[in-house]
Amino acid sequence: MIHFIFGTLTWDALPHVWYTIGATASIAVGGLFFAGLLTYYKRWTWLWKEWLTSTDPKKIGIMYIVMASLMFFRGALDAAMIWLQQSISVGSSQGYLDATHFQQIFTAHGDIMVFFVAMGFFFGLMNLIIPLQIGSRDLAFPFLNSLGFWLYVAGAVFINMFFVIGGEFAASGWLSLPPLSEIMYSPGTGVDYWVWSLQISGLGTLLGGINFLVTILKMRVKGMTLMKMPMFTWTSLCSMALVIVSFPVLTATTALLWLDRFFGMHFFTTTAGGNPMMYVNLIWMWGHPEVYILVIPAFGIFSEVVATFSGKRIFGYVSMVCATICITLLSFLVWLHHFFTMGAGADVDAFFGIMTGVIAIPTAVQIFNWIATMFRGRIRFTTPMMYFMGFVSLFTFGGMAGVLLSVPGADFELHNSLFLVAHFHTMIVSAALFGIFAGITYWCPKVMGFKLNEKIGRWAFWLWIVGFFASFVPLYILGFMGATRRLDHYAATTGYQPFFIIAGIGICIIAAAALVQVWQAIVSIKERKQNLDTTGDPWDGRTLEWSTRSPVPFYNFAVLPEVDSRDAFWKAKKAGKSAEPVKYEDVELPKNTAMAIYLSGFVFLFGFAAVWHIGWLAAVGLVGSVACVIVRSFDEHTEYILPAADIEKMEKMA
Amino acid sequence: MSGGVFDPQGPIALQERNLIILVVVIMLCVAIPMLILLYTFAWKYRAGNKKAKYDPEHVGSAWRQLVWWAIPAVVIVVIAVINWQSTHALDPYKAIPSSNPPLTIQVVALQWKWLFIYPAQGIATVNYIQFPVNTPIHFELTADAPMSSFWIPELGSQIYAMAAMQTQLDLEASSIGEYTGKDTEINGAGYAGMTFLAKSTSQADFNAWVVSVQDAGTYPALDLNTYNTLAEPSQNNPPAYYSSYDKDLYNTILMKYAASAATGTVVGTSTMPADMPGMQM
Repeated sequence: MIHFIFGTLTWDALPHVWYTIGATASIAVGGLFFAGLLTYYKRWTWLWKEWLTSTDPKKIGIMYIVMASLMFFRGALDAAMIWLQQSISVGSSQGYLDATHFQQIFTAHGDIMVFFVAMGFFFGLMNLIIPLQIGSRDLAFPFLNSLGFWLYVAGAVFINMFFVIGGEFAASGWLSLPPLSEIMYSPGTGVDYWVWSLQISGLGTLLGGINFLVTILKMRVKGMTLMKMPMFTWTSLCSMALVIVSFPVLTATTALLWLDRFFGMHFFTTTAGGNPMMYVNLIWMWGHPEVYILVIPAFGIFSEVVATFSGKRIFGYVSMVCATICITLLSFLVWLHHFFTMGAGADVDAFFGIMTGVIAIPTAVQIFNWIATMFRGRIRFTTPMMYFMGFVSLFTFGGMAGVLLSVPGADFELHNSLFLVAHFHTMIVSAALFGIFAGITYWCPKVMGFKLNEKIGRWAFWLWIVGFFASFVPLYILGFMGATRRLDHYAATTGYQPFFIIAGIGICIIAAAALVQVWQAIVSIKERKQNLDTTGDPWDGRTLEWSTRSPVPFYNFAVLPEVDSRDAFWKAKKAGKSAEPVKYEDVELPKNTAMAIYLSGFVFLFGFAAVWHIGWLAAVGLVGSVACVIVRSFDEHTEYILPAADIEKMEKMA
Repeated sequence: MSGGVFDPQGPIALQERNLIILVVVIMLCVAIPMLILLYTFAWKYRAGNKKAKYDPEHVGSAWRQLVWWAIPAVVIVVIAVINWQSTHALDPYKAIPSSNPPLTIQVVALQWKWLFIYPAQGIATVNYIQFPVNTPIHFELTADAPMSSFWIPELGSQIYAMAAMQTQLDLEASSIGEYTGKDTEINGAGYAGMTFLAKSTSQADFNAWVVSVQDAGTYPALDLNTYNTLAEPSQNNPPAYYSSYDKDLYNTILMKYAASAATGTVVGTSTMPADMPGMQM
């Protein structure tokens, strides 16, 4: 009976080691503090009605960014714990973590940073900006957008849940390659948590991908042909196309792994005809495009930033679009470079190596075009522009390391070493993370109505740069010294320790940078009156989002703009087009709905039941989620009309 | 720095180090001018410099784009040629030409130690290999554990060791010395301690070492029972030596996963994953 009710979840599974108890306590304290604040200020209804159930992409975008920021601090804490262990666990000292716990931490670090930080931030920025850039009042499927967000939240809760509920997290690396991740070698709940966290959040990502692709293709304002779209919209389109093609591969692959684990099937086992290398191929067929899903939108952000702050049109727009599409297509032809060392033979290795090198061509073209955009410009070195400079400087070297790794003969000596770790951190930090920081700083006035504090922002930038060098240059050197990744312990004779200690100092500087960014946010909110954006166009922008007022009203545009060229808003400004007498129209907007929360909740329960083998709960989750879909699809009243008179009134007041 | 990729002690590692330097130098030819341009433009066209020309409509021309595409394309074509040639030259399965006959060592990755079998010498070791200098070593690798990767940085290439499959690796040491071999692929709790000593010695010292290990009075035999005990998970294993081993041991390990008692699959090549070049039975 107990087994029927609780499945394999027993008292023994509950938290009983210092880090799970510690995390549970901090989650509880944080939650209580937040709940207390809401109660004290009587904001529960406000939170539910204005935010959680909202289908407004701007609000969902902000919620994505808040969630991704929280997850960033979890992931950064993991990074600090990894570095601390590696700095002290040498020779006779075993450090403060056992091997399994250390392995759980780097697994969680990788998954959290990729799935819940980088993806979360980009979906947030796309939600905020894509509708504005294409002159739309909404996304194609507002409910799906809300559902995608709540599935992302469910996945994020799932990956942290073992702290509270118990069990363990996967210790098998961020991609959990079999046979290590099979039940034979990983009998605990860790890999199951991993699988279902990725299943749930991956579903949300796929829904988001479909939503943005359709939105960009179908909801552009009159006159905006594909070749008149802003670069961020273009790169988002390509990134979302990658999501749609690649995420089903992730879903299928991890589902097959779970079938192996739960039903004793043999897709990827070493026994009974299973083939683990099949998994390695499949996961990287998703995994490599995933890298570009993270990096391509950042290219778009930097294109906007460099054009705006150079006061120029983007140099070689057509070439930029072609390069983005080239990168998108090529990203599917390089997956094998992640495992040249499998012994697939020289012909296969050389083919994938050369294809990988080829990706460097469109990437270099983009960099040339950004530099050429600065040529004969009037460059204002605001924080986003600083991040752009930092990005090009670091990305060039990270890219060189990548091309080097694409040569199998070199990869045989660098694969799985800390050189590799340094390479992909250079790429992800300089492109994705700096892109996110640039994007948030750049678009903050549009969304929040005030600029972020520039001075503190620069401090954060320089701390990031110094911290980055201190953290990752030692890792490049360690890689050349023959240090492998993921070491929880090493011999004193290796001489690694000084480099790990320098890297540890680096993470302290990065932590300081992140704290300065929190401080920047607090100061900016406090002193917002001094930095208010009253014009709607604080940076002398070029694209449509700057044509509406700041902060953007919930209906985005009082009157939809028309576009006859790239940089239409810039042209209109230069031509000194005065405000024509406007004619307001009724606007159709989506109603709030809590259904996405309920549906994600049921999906979450199903995943929970799958981890702990609780049959009845799985049935509840499954039936509940199907019921939610049915109820929602019979709801005919999902939209409301905002009358023209109301818009006129709000516009006059603003 | 001593040790590692930049301290090659064999022909493969030497070629790989030179390859790394060559590719980096070629790429720097583009990267450095590019970064100089970046900083020059950033300085020259800063907003404070009103003397610099300002041309907001300047968007370039088709021929300039052609140059943009051509420069990296040329570099990548050069690297592609190097890539193709070096990949074939450094194919880990390729025998190293030498006047000395190669020494074969069979490698089994276990949780979490390396088992080495010397078929010609009839001995086996754990976490220790010794081999003569200037002699090609032909490794045949498999695993009775999660996927592992076999790497001796000073000697060159690494390769995966996978259960039910066999990979190969050819290395050679050109100087006498001791090197640390390691696993580079996460394979469980004992991952970090899965290192071994690789010792290159003179042919005479090697022969003497073989004879000493062959002494059944000093070192035990590795029969299947002993192997099964050895294969149990254990961490940070010290070197161990076996004066002889069960002649079918390596093939038994290789076939252990291919033949499944559960499904009654017939043992044979048809049950082996067919997509692994170099698979040999």
